[in-house]
Amino acid sequence: MALLQIAEPGQSAAPHEHKLAIGIDLGTTNSLVATVQSGEAKTLTDFDGSAMLPSVVRYEADKITVGQAAAAASAEDPTNTLISVKRFLGKSQAEIEQSYGQLPYEFVENNGSLAINTLVGAINPVQASAEILKSLKDRATASFAGEDIKGAVITVPAYFDDAQRQSTKDAAELAGLNVLRLLNEPTAAAVAYGLDSGQEGVIAVYDLGGGTFDISILRLNQGVFEVLATGGDSSLGGDDFDSALVAHFKEQTQINDLNNSELRLFINKAKACKEALSSYETVNVGLELRDTAHTVTVTRAQFAEMVMPLVKKTLRACRRAVKDADVSHEEILQVVMVGGSTRMPVIREQVEVFFDKKPLTSIDPDRVVAIGAAIQADILVGNKPDSDMLLLDVLPLSLGLETMGGLVEKIIPRNTTIPVARAQEFTTFKDGQTAMSLHVLQGERELVDDCRSLAKFSLKGIPAMAAGAAHIRVTFKVDADGLLSVSAMEKSTGVQAEIQVKPSFGLSDDQVAQMLKDSMSNAKEDMQARMLKEQQVEALRVLEALEASLSTDSQLLNDNELAALRSEMQKLSDLRETATSPDEIKTAIEAVDAASSEFASRRMDMSIKQALTGQSVDEV
Amino acid sequence: MAVTLTDAAANRVQTFLANRGKGIGLRLGIKTTGCSGLAYVLEFVDELDEGDEVYEHNGVKVIIDAKSMVYLDGTELDYTKEGLNEGFKFTNPNQKDECGCGESFTV
Repeated sequence: MALLQIAEPGQSAAPHEHKLAIGIDLGTTNSLVATVQSGEAKTLTDFDGSAMLPSVVRYEADKITVGQAAAAASAEDPTNTLISVKRFLGKSQAEIEQSYGQLPYEFVENNGSLAINTLVGAINPVQASAEILKSLKDRATASFAGEDIKGAVITVPAYFDDAQRQSTKDAAELAGLNVLRLLNEPTAAAVAYGLDSGQEGVIAVYDLGGGTFDISILRLNQGVFEVLATGGDSSLGGDDFDSALVAHFKEQTQINDLNNSELRLFINKAKACKEALSSYETVNVGLELRDTAHTVTVTRAQFAEMVMPLVKKTLRACRRAVKDADVSHEEILQVVMVGGSTRMPVIREQVEVFFDKKPLTSIDPDRVVAIGAAIQADILVGNKPDSDMLLLDVLPLSLGLETMGGLVEKIIPRNTTIPVARAQEFTTFKDGQTAMSLHVLQGERELVDDCRSLAKFSLKGIPAMAAGAAHIRVTFKVDADGLLSVSAMEKSTGVQAEIQVKPSFGLSDDQVAQMLKDSMSNAKEDMQARMLKEQQVEALRVLEALEASLSTDSQLLNDNELAALRSEMQKLSDLRETATSPDEIKTAIEAVDAASSEFASRRMDMSIKQALTGQSVDEV
Repeated sequence: MAVTLTDAAANRVQTFLANRGKGIGLRLGIKTTGCSGLAYVLEFVDELDEGDEVYEHNGVKVIIDAKSMVYLDGTELDYTKEGLNEGFKFTNPNQKDECGCGESFTV
């Protein structure tokens, strides 16, 4: 007899049609998988009962190991044991070296993408991530008695850009998982606490893990979590707190020349001491080495003093994020604690003082992200009645297309909820134009130079037509994971071109914030520049059209008329280059229009005459 | 006529109900589906339907509709763990046979 779970009223699945869904927290240091069973979200454990899978993959000639066993081998086999590959997703070698300095890996560029040389060949970060996901998937399958998993929600840091998100998605596909959605980690934590169905407002998520610190400021508005600001420190985590204790141990034991195994002992004792201090006021640490037994006593207050500089560092990042988000402390309704290091009482106290609010800590901070992802997966796969709202994400920056004159036409504005598809029609600029180059941009500014270029592609095979006669429909689609595809189609022939945007270089959260700020501080200049460019483009169009008709029909004008028109055209042509205000060009365009109106009407008469000549009245 | 819950099952149901924050009890039922004809229904109950009977056992309100009761009489519901998989298990004396996967059965 199979084992059953309790379903929501009326949602019982037919045999073999269980809608099993999992949430995965693909972490830098540790990864977890969770699911909702009988209405309760819980993390799934391995056979040893541990929920956390170290995000470590070891490649050997005949096998691949993931997790604890791989982590244990990292010292003896550093080049084939890949640790924290999440940091490398969607990054170039140069970026990695700049951020992390010397690493034990041999990086190679493989078809423009980064890979690490191992015993079994070049392994890219996506493949290594896929191994971690596969291991979690196997654990889930075993927990569901071998039944298929319908889908997974995978969490990513809020600051992950398109390239990093796409890499995560690729890894999931490689692991054979159907990705229902990528979810921002802070959003997942907020969901775990049920904040998505709570009061609308601002939520802060304080995430202090083993090696990284992230602070995110979210705003919940009509069921949508918008990321207002993110910040943090990619090299600050629980390990640094251990180091502070190790320094203290050295001082107390007067042993400063530790060898590797002694250092390992100190670090392990420090970790245990730190964890014990979350439950006890005083901890005695026994350190036996070099035939001497040392006992070091650490009180909670001493520890707090030791690590205060680290805690203050996180709070400074919090202050910056709150400022970037442009919200006041009073507006923050809830503070969510994520990451094992937030168990430390000193952290909880200081965060409470800083935000003047008791942080939410009732869910295990190591598991809260996975649990939120599982809840979201359960809803997405259809195990809940429709009345439960779907959580949506929004675009952080506008997406647009370059148009003539280096201007950006925004197709999807920022803060649009995703998934979304928007289309707009464009046309050709020149007579007989048979191809069109499309340049996809991201950003809030009006000029191409000030926005970020995402991709370029061209639509070829447009039939030769007069300028402005072709109808080219450009469609921007952003899927639920924030990934963009752009397609262009010429409507009369149906010729198409399409591109998936997988930008190779990411934007950091700071850059996104800077781009937003720039767009606001430069709003007036940008608008002015845009209008000037628009008039320059219009002037060019008028001049080219006139030039084309003059080349065939200039005999319709006498010398004086022609000279007058030529002079107005020259004036416009000069002004186009030199004018600083759009109005100057506009006036000159109007002057050319006026000077050419006689020419235009004579051309009209002539073409009517030509059309009618030699035809009887009846035929017309 | 009776359906019983083991202590393990009763504890679990109470925890799940408390966790969910709403619901008056647990529905046991059967529906005609699956490869062997019938399948069990196990759901939370927010409101009673017509024809529902409420039984109280081991501190849990069990709701069963009259039609299902015919096939469920004497069933014991347990909560058990098999490897990494855990969940509710029906032991039903009316059950004659089940399909290989154990998800549907005949009476």
